[in-house]
Amino acid sequence: MQSFKRRLPFSAWHLLLMPLALLFVLPLVQMVLTSFMSSAEINQFPPKLLPTSLHIEGYRALLTETPALRWFANTVLVSAVSVLAHLVLCSMAGYGFARLKFAGRGVAFLVIIATVMIPIQLLMIPTYLMFARIGIVDTLAAAFVPWLASAFGIFLMRQFFLALPVELEEAARIDGCGTWRTFRSIVLPLARPALATLAVFTLLSSWNDLLWPLVAISDDNRFTLQVGLANFQGMRRTEWSQLMAGNVLATAPLIVAFLFAQKRFIATMTFSGLKG
Amino acid sequence: MAITFAASSHATVRQARPRGRAVRRNLTGWAFAGPATALVVGLSLFPAIWAFFISRARWNGISPGVPVGWSNYERLASDPDMLAAARHTLLLTVLFVPSSIMLGIVIAIALNQRIRLIGFYRTCIFVPYVASAAATGILAGFVFNPQFGAANDVLRHLGIPQQQFLESPTQALYVICVIALWGEVGFTTVIYLAALQDIPKELVEAARMDGASRWRVFRHVTMPELRPVTVFAAVWQTITAVQLFDLIYTTTRGGPLNSTQTVVYYIYELAFQTQRLGYGAAAAYLLFAVTLLLTLGIIWYSRRRGSEVF
Repeated sequence: MQSFKRRLPFSAWHLLLMPLALLFVLPLVQMVLTSFMSSAEINQFPPKLLPTSLHIEGYRALLTETPALRWFANTVLVSAVSVLAHLVLCSMAGYGFARLKFAGRGVAFLVIIATVMIPIQLLMIPTYLMFARIGIVDTLAAAFVPWLASAFGIFLMRQFFLALPVELEEAARIDGCGTWRTFRSIVLPLARPALATLAVFTLLSSWNDLLWPLVAISDDNRFTLQVGLANFQGMRRTEWSQLMAGNVLATAPLIVAFLFAQKRFIATMTFSGLKG
Repeated sequence: MAITFAASSHATVRQARPRGRAVRRNLTGWAFAGPATALVVGLSLFPAIWAFFISRARWNGISPGVPVGWSNYERLASDPDMLAAARHTLLLTVLFVPSSIMLGIVIAIALNQRIRLIGFYRTCIFVPYVASAAATGILAGFVFNPQFGAANDVLRHLGIPQQQFLESPTQALYVICVIALWGEVGFTTVIYLAALQDIPKELVEAARMDGASRWRVFRHVTMPELRPVTVFAAVWQTITAVQLFDLIYTTTRGGPLNSTQTVVYYIYELAFQTQRLGYGAAAAYLLFAVTLLLTLGIIWYSRRRGSEVF
């Protein structure tokens, strides 16, 4: 049946999938195209899909009149710190909970799993007050400190290490490797797929985060791209070419990463879906 | 020599170890697990407990707080803004959760076919999930613009009168639901697609051999196999719907006429626009309790129906 289907030049499923695919991707195409339009073209009705020629005014205005480049750099920095910290801290903790025996291990892990249920809305008020007290409100640190490690990351790495056969580590032990060396030179290289999944997850959540940086940062120059755009949009609803240019700047890096590493992204989404 | 022993008879060796080694082992363990544990616990459990004390005070964050017992919670029950926000959140959840599950199943089944262009279709449908809700909201403001937006252009081609969409108090919440579906359906689709591919092929083939129609195979073979994923999707999407913020912030900011003000948005306004920290924390606790009950309810219901995912 399958091979018969494959030879068919046309399947009824295309009738469903083609319009759906267009519905999902056309708004993004329109976003990119609009970012290259002049304001006159944008304000026409019926709307034009294609710009008459490549107008880069939107991008130019965005980069000269707003600190968008700064916001972009801030976002890159916040995401990079979050991803790196996650990789180091969560893989170490995951290894500790999976393999090392120490007092309080069971309780600590249970507490970590329990925190998954606490919603960010409950945490943002005390976290804001806490950060204000230690004086990091309104700095970039405020944006990345909550993203340095997560229960999800620890859980993911622990699951991975539990599934890893223990023989290699034992062999390393016998050859005289300490715990740290065994972890660094034997375990971590094997954990590459799990680390990649963790990196994708952290990148997606930290890059796209709006609520927390919106609360924690009020200085224009320290905004992340998401906050900058959201506030910019509140003030200048009519500057659509600039807004769309900003949107491209905020969306394109992750979409390009997605197109290159689609399998990894999908694996991450699937994993976060099956973690239960 | 102790090391070779450790591999064979762990328990006896551990007893024989001197105390210093146990301390060392604990230190190594905590050196690995400690930093991440401290961060996660310090940034969630501790603030969550603190939030409870804040919720029992009247406090603007600057002058000293006044303890007021349970009165913040009592006031919430009769606060018309809170009740409206709860109604909007409920409507959004009731619309969003079943739609995203049903769309996810249908699209996943379609994407599970072996037909041409399937890779292209999959890419198209997953891409919006990668875009941030904030960017999606800004884009939606453009597409649904009543004056020059593409949505009204489509309606014009279909001969349907022009709409105000996000600028109409009766439509805005529905439009937000549609936008949220556009951005989030990639997630349910992906987990259903993975679940479909896990269904043993023999199961489906055997049913087909026995003469079952496509619909009957779907109803009696595929659907039961998908049930654990459905429970998970229901829990996850309920949390997503209840906590929806970015999209509302970038499209309507709760307007027009408060018609899209949800509980989460109201909490944000209370705590960070009007500096009523205690009242906001109480609302946040209430939201937490309701979400938890809802989640437990879904799990309980599905357990009773015989699913074993949790």
